Amino acid sequence: MSDDVWVLGIHMTRFGKHPDKDVVDLASESVLGALADAGMSMADIDVIGAGNLMGASGGIGQQVQKQVGQTGIPVYNVVNACATGATALRVAYLEIKAGESDTGLAFGVEKLAGAGLLGGGQGTAGGGKWAPRGRFGAVTGLEGHTGTSNMPGVFAQIGLDYAHRYGGADFELFARIAEKNHAHSTLNPLAAHQKPMSAEQIMADVMVAYPNTRPMCSANVDGAAAAVLVSGERLKRLSPEQRRRAVKITASVLTTDPWQESCQVLPDVSTLTKAAAKKAYAMAGVDPGDLDLVELHDCFATAELVHYDNLMLCPEGGAVDFFNSGAPWRDGTTPVNVSGGLESKGHPIAATGIANVFEVATQLRGEAGPRQIEGARVGLTHVIGLGQACGIHILERSAA
Amino acid sequence: MASVKVPIVDYLVLEPEPHLRAHECAACKARYFDRRNACANCSGTEFADADVPTTGVLSTYTIVSFAPPGVDAPFVAAIVDCHGTSVRGKLLNMAPTPGDVALGMPLRLAVYSLGADSDGVEAIGYGFEPANRKDISGE
Repeated sequence: MSDDVWVLGIHMTRFGKHPDKDVVDLASESVLGALADAGMSMADIDVIGAGNLMGASGGIGQQVQKQVGQTGIPVYNVVNACATGATALRVAYLEIKAGESDTGLAFGVEKLAGAGLLGGGQGTAGGGKWAPRGRFGAVTGLEGHTGTSNMPGVFAQIGLDYAHRYGGADFELFARIAEKNHAHSTLNPLAAHQKPMSAEQIMADVMVAYPNTRPMCSANVDGAAAAVLVSGERLKRLSPEQRRRAVKITASVLTTDPWQESCQVLPDVSTLTKAAAKKAYAMAGVDPGDLDLVELHDCFATAELVHYDNLMLCPEGGAVDFFNSGAPWRDGTTPVNVSGGLESKGHPIAATGIANVFEVATQLRGEAGPRQIEGARVGLTHVIGLGQACGIHILERSAA
Repeated sequence: MASVKVPIVDYLVLEPEPHLRAHECAACKARYFDRRNACANCSGTEFADADVPTTGVLSTYTIVSFAPPGVDAPFVAAIVDCHGTSVRGKLLNMAPTPGDVALGMPLRLAVYSLGADSDGVEAIGYGFEPANRKDISGE
């Protein structure tokens, strides 16, 4: 039977605008931070999983090695949309599970401040001929002609599809989800945004794609996060203090979307999340009710609602009631996105799938300061990369 | 009607009446609008043309505030359930305001002109309009 895998050290940079730092600076800061937190050096690391979506061809893993330590170990540069960080983490996890490595490093980094609207593609071509091109034989860019592919619009439709199926969700409800996350991040010194926003303020802000206004959208910011993972065998030979702070990865799951009738015209973020969640709960031997906190992929307020249901935090169709009960607030029964989530902590894409592990690990260690969820023992992280990929990790506090 | 017309996408068929045409997997009946290598559901490689009903109901929507140059904003992007086939498109001939759009509302296919290119070829786009409208556009 393969060994357990533990988070030994973890670090994230402040999320926000870092005009004086490039991706290598940010990644290096997170890597050196994670190594220091682990009490290790690059000489201890056997493998690196590295992610940087916007610079996917740049070999970010080797670029960072050249700043922090070139030791000749294998590097896997991975790309999986918004699941890139979770995928990098899982690469290190799998190397340890396979017995190829005792100690792995994973990091994700992105420079996204000022990136504006993502997705959507081209509009009407000017001046040329109407000539069919591509897989749809399109004579022009299709954005705004055959619907939308921009991210706020895609996820707005996903949220309103849920509203259509089950009722009860309206503009104000989605705004109140964003209000929660903006309230949570007032306690997170690493969050990009740390000011509270009322639902009224959120609804009155710039409309991007109804019902998502700007503060209901993930914040395009700069940031990096890194983690050092070790095998259970290696952990046994480390200090009592390292063992006490280590956090066990009890589930690591990656899924893609199986075919569904409507997934050809609107991404189905639910089926693959449900499949990943079901597998993760079985791997970890826990039920959704055992979770002390959840960091889920609230790329838009409309997405957070559907993921309450997809992660089985509520009965099927019960996400609106779940939110209205107060459950996902930090003093509720299942705190969701106590970090502030993507809407308020920020979403430097490839960093996100490790930054959410940072939040859960920090909470499980009891080191979250004023935002500490008292007595947190088990937490779940979730990301969705459109296209699609879903990554879920379940973490458990050390028994030591 | 003498001018040459070209559909915005090859799955929009203009004659005799505008409608959408899907590639339907011969084995499992899954429908697709893009060029196919094989079926994403069953890996089958045989497809037949299938005409999609021109009426349906609104499954979901968003009102997009920002559009590329040459496209009016805001616009209503929508997914329409055309009797079991999900179609993406935009809503036409109605105000792009939340009060005017209702989940589940009945819709029907409509077309619009994107204008002519330098050869005089006119591109025709499609969308969906409320099915209870009497003053049909496009004629």
